[in-house]
Amino acid sequence: MKLTLKVWRQKDSKAKGQIESYQLDDVSSHMSFLEMMDVLNEKLISEGKEPVAFDHDCREGICGMCSMYINGQPHGPDSGTTTCQLHMRSFKDGDTIYIEPWRSAAFPVVKDLVVDRSSFERIQQAGGFISVNTSGNTQDANAIPVPKADADKAFDAATCIGCGACVAACKNASAMLFVSAKVSQFALLPQGKIEAKDRVQNMVAQMDKEGFGACTNTGACEAECPKGISLENIARLNREYIAASLTSDEH
Amino acid sequence: MSWIKNTFSSSIGKKLLMSITGIFLIVFLVVHLTGNLLLLKGDEGVAFNAYAHFMKHNPLIAASEVILFAGFLLHMIDGIMLWVSNRKARPQKYAVPNKSKTRNWVSKLMGPFGMVILVFLILHLYQFFRFKFFVEPPSHIEIDGEKVADLASIVYAQFKDLTWVLFYVVSMGVVGFHLYHGFASAFQTLGLSHSKYNKLINGVGIAYSVIVPLAFALIPILIKVMCICGPGGCTAGH
Repeated sequence: MKLTLKVWRQKDSKAKGQIESYQLDDVSSHMSFLEMMDVLNEKLISEGKEPVAFDHDCREGICGMCSMYINGQPHGPDSGTTTCQLHMRSFKDGDTIYIEPWRSAAFPVVKDLVVDRSSFERIQQAGGFISVNTSGNTQDANAIPVPKADADKAFDAATCIGCGACVAACKNASAMLFVSAKVSQFALLPQGKIEAKDRVQNMVAQMDKEGFGACTNTGACEAECPKGISLENIARLNREYIAASLTSDEH
Repeated sequence: MSWIKNTFSSSIGKKLLMSITGIFLIVFLVVHLTGNLLLLKGDEGVAFNAYAHFMKHNPLIAASEVILFAGFLLHMIDGIMLWVSNRKARPQKYAVPNKSKTRNWVSKLMGPFGMVILVFLILHLYQFFRFKFFVEPPSHIEIDGEKVADLASIVYAQFKDLTWVLFYVVSMGVVGFHLYHGFASAFQTLGLSHSKYNKLINGVGIAYSVIVPLAFALIPILIKVMCICGPGGCTAGH
């Protein structure tokens, strides 16, 4: 199929950047979206032009590296899919495809479609962990019984790959779905209860410090999340935060 | 008390304040509506005027008025603060507007709808307070031996004008949409979300956002259509 690609090109983090138009004449519908990008880059290199920089790693929908805002949707038109798992059969001959980077003050553009998502790492470092004694007599995690329903919900939250599609989709560039998933996966389990109050308060404080917006409960994040993380987690985040604010000794 | 300041200055805290003041205003609207419905009693506004007189002379109501005003103000200021910080969170816009599915189409328009409601409120409060501060009321009645403004006749006269009827009806439509998302959203922000009662919250929210604004809108419509008048006649206030 023939495609017109409108791709965001930006030399570096300080450059202004603009949308550039490219034509691809022989795209197979079996290609993945990133393979199509590879074809574009091969074409650009053979023409002596700078290839389009974009993030990717596993190409199996699990690492959370790929991050493209395609025709107004993070990870493109399919639901429950990362960009790497999106295939060209989702498009048709003659389509014009706009490809932009995630837009958020907390995700500055490094180059072209690559954004710096280290703000997510800093939120994780602020509290997205549990402290475990590793002195040689570490307790088996399975020794503590966990209700099946809680284990399932914690696991669902833990499937978040931290790609940032929630931020990209949100009209407020809010990171609440991400933070809520990271808070929930621990809050639901006995091992996570010990540091629960500090965790939620520190992670929310870091989230605000990074410059993410607040939640308007539109549900756009949930609709775009490649892992189907539910808005229910944001309610849990709010609950944890309110409870911690009212009862914590530290903050 | 710095923990209170810390809590309410965070993003979740600001949302919490929107939610608490929002629920307070939701409750207020019901109280407001029950009073207003007295206008349709067909007694030339006697019941409504008695109600207005009671509201004016009850110290508990006077105190509630201050709390109510604070509630509106906090909801507005907090909303504007959130709007500003949310805009700052995305300094560079997308070339293609977002096409992500949302739970309802109103959720992305809470700010603009809120601004329309603010304009409505300013005009609404001016119409109410002008006879207290600026203009001599056109007619008076006597309650408990006291001469008071005939507020019912003022309302009846106002809604003989089709422009004002339309303005109030359209404004109530906007209030309905604002409530449609706001009602359920307030509970989600409070962390009250569970598969057991989410359906109930959503159902009550939809019913509330339809019934309450519709009942408010019916008052000017019925006054206009059925030509309801007070003892001061239909020309009072013009």
